Amino acid sequence: MPAIGLRLGAFSAALALLAATVTPSAAQKKYDVGASDSEIKVGNIMPYSGAASAYGVIGKTEEAYFRKINAEGGINGRKLTFISYDDAYTPPKTVEQARRLVESDEVLLIFNSLGTPPNSAIQKYMNQKKVPQLFVATGATKWNDPKEFPWTMGWQPNYQSESIIYAKYILKNHPNARIAVLYQNDDYGKDYLKGFKDGLGAEAASLIVAEDSYEVTEPTIDSHIVRLKASGADVFFNITTPKFAAQAIKKNAELGWKPLHFLNNVSSSIGSVIKPAGFENAQDIISSQYLKDPTDPQWKTDAGMIAWNQFLDKYYPEANRADAFVMFAYTVAQGLVHVLKACGDDLTRENVMKQAASIRDLELGGLLPGIKVNTSATDFAPLSQLQLIKFKGETWERFGEILSGDVGG
Amino acid sequence: MSAAEEVVTEAAAVEAVPKRAMTLGYGTSLVVLAALILTPLFVKNFIIFQMTMLLIYGLAVLALNILTGGSGQFSLGQSAFYAVGAYTSAILMEHAGMNYALTLPVAGLICFGFGFLFGQPALRLSGVYLALATFALATAMPQLLKLGYFEHWTGGVQGLVVTKPDAPFGLPMSQDMWLYYFTLAITIAIYIASVNLLRSRSGRAFMAIRDNEIAASAMGVDVALYKTLAFGVSAGITGVAGGLGAIAVQFVAPDGYTITLAISLFLGMVVGGVGWLPGSIVGSAFIIFVPNIAEGISKGLSGAVFGVLLFLVIFLVPHGARQVAIIAQQLIGKLKKN
Repeated sequence: MPAIGLRLGAFSAALALLAATVTPSAAQKKYDVGASDSEIKVGNIMPYSGAASAYGVIGKTEEAYFRKINAEGGINGRKLTFISYDDAYTPPKTVEQARRLVESDEVLLIFNSLGTPPNSAIQKYMNQKKVPQLFVATGATKWNDPKEFPWTMGWQPNYQSESIIYAKYILKNHPNARIAVLYQNDDYGKDYLKGFKDGLGAEAASLIVAEDSYEVTEPTIDSHIVRLKASGADVFFNITTPKFAAQAIKKNAELGWKPLHFLNNVSSSIGSVIKPAGFENAQDIISSQYLKDPTDPQWKTDAGMIAWNQFLDKYYPEANRADAFVMFAYTVAQGLVHVLKACGDDLTRENVMKQAASIRDLELGGLLPGIKVNTSATDFAPLSQLQLIKFKGETWERFGEILSGDVGG
Repeated sequence: MSAAEEVVTEAAAVEAVPKRAMTLGYGTSLVVLAALILTPLFVKNFIIFQMTMLLIYGLAVLALNILTGGSGQFSLGQSAFYAVGAYTSAILMEHAGMNYALTLPVAGLICFGFGFLFGQPALRLSGVYLALATFALATAMPQLLKLGYFEHWTGGVQGLVVTKPDAPFGLPMSQDMWLYYFTLAITIAIYIASVNLLRSRSGRAFMAIRDNEIAASAMGVDVALYKTLAFGVSAGITGVAGGLGAIAVQFVAPDGYTITLAISLFLGMVVGGVGWLPGSIVGSAFIIFVPNIAEGISKGLSGAVFGVLLFLVIFLVPHGARQVAIIAQQLIGKLKKN
């Protein structure tokens, strides 16, 4: 019966059409709170005021980068709304701001919140609420713990993996070293020290001949250097923040103490550490890097660096280009954009974590050649590679291969 | 004693507040109470959390108010007592597995002892010198908490994570709401106790010392005892507030209890009106919400905006919320007459 057949055909064609138009888009477009067809809300917490306000530049750079992304059409057609609050680096305030972002502003995720104590304060809350606490801005090792905290992920190479790399280098090249360690007496310093001792393993007790710590409130660390020199050490591991690192390099030169000097990556900036300390005093210092140092002349014609400069010219012209945090923020903001792009139209919190945990060999313009972002369901440490560098003349010389020191929380 | 010290003492003396002016009338109290009880039923959990923090800081400001407004002694060290209270609660809950409600009296008692002991040397100091001595305490506290000797208990710089209690007896309430009512009950109890304390014999002794130490001792008030007692009571209440704060925030770390907190509490007291207990809540609201408003106006200059707002308050209403309340009362009185 042709009439019925025709009708049936028309009906099924209509059904097919309906299925083609409705079902796929309904299946693909999924949103959690904080995302819609036109917008993705991203929260952030930074110390814009208070003692740690130097880090505030990270939030400002990220805001500028997202403005650039929006000006260029957004992420899969959606604008990024970046809501950044000040916590003055005080954990109780961080909790208040995190709750404001999640419960009042209803963001999709909190991105790159800064500092170990502030992030520790909100980690449990974020995981209870199942809101991504993505790419936190701290080098502590504990953020790589997907089993306990599946909603928290770090970003930069953690302190412990870095010092393990130095320890391995010392064991291989200077097995009879007499090591002196200077560290800042806080979570950051102690994390480095722990990694270093773990890296040296059983030899730690015999190799380390002197250990000294300073408080971040001390005006100068000269007396500590004098004490460490007196120990007769021939290797010096310098776990200090930029101001103190410059002091230590200078004081070493004044005292004529010339140990094999390892400087933590936190203070490897030429502009803010080496130059003030004096190029001649910094020769042969060994450190490690994963980001390109904008003050290093070797990157002048590098494509990634040129793109970075163009971005700053247009969207953040007042930025201090010698500030390593600007490069840091630029790179991590690119990381977030990569994850959100990968999410496609499935902007649920679960998919954000899933995409963040499946980054494969992502290369970003600010990273050293050969260093790649990698994550998996069991590896929540996106960056874990570093390259050793030695200071020669007025620039860092990279040597050896790209090293990895993955450590879990 | 030298003339210089006397001059300083006089200049720093707190203006005498008659004790009846220290509280609210019954009608107003009931309205405020009803607002505090009913509001959480209609707002989001985040607002309830903020209200809990409001009460907690309100308690800490109240404690300072008893010390300064009641006995005329200054303290910039309240953050230290707050920290001790917070850590006591956190350590007892997380290491000893104690019930959160039971940790609060312990925190209060430890802080009372701590404050009483600190009050002993503080007896020799007055006015700005006392303020400086307590300032030293506040600066030292975060570093003491980081010390390696205590690290096993305090968690050192990493701090301690505290578990938030659920509502008991299966009450159909969120954790935030339960904690709010729990805090509210404690706050009301402490508020009533404080009002009664200031109305009692001890309270009169505090105020006699505040108004004129020599006259007070001539009348037979044991100046040394009551001064240290005021310190102890103030520290004890601050300790309870600290313990509640630790439970509400679910985290303690040395960075949370810096000198900035002590100054904030001092600020709260001045804005609320020195010696006017209900002002504590207003002062607490000021230190919680005004920084947020300032940040909303300008991110880069939030500190400066906050400074301007504070300056305006001090300039326009130097006696803080108390002055506003008195003006309002007069206005209402006029309206009634018409």
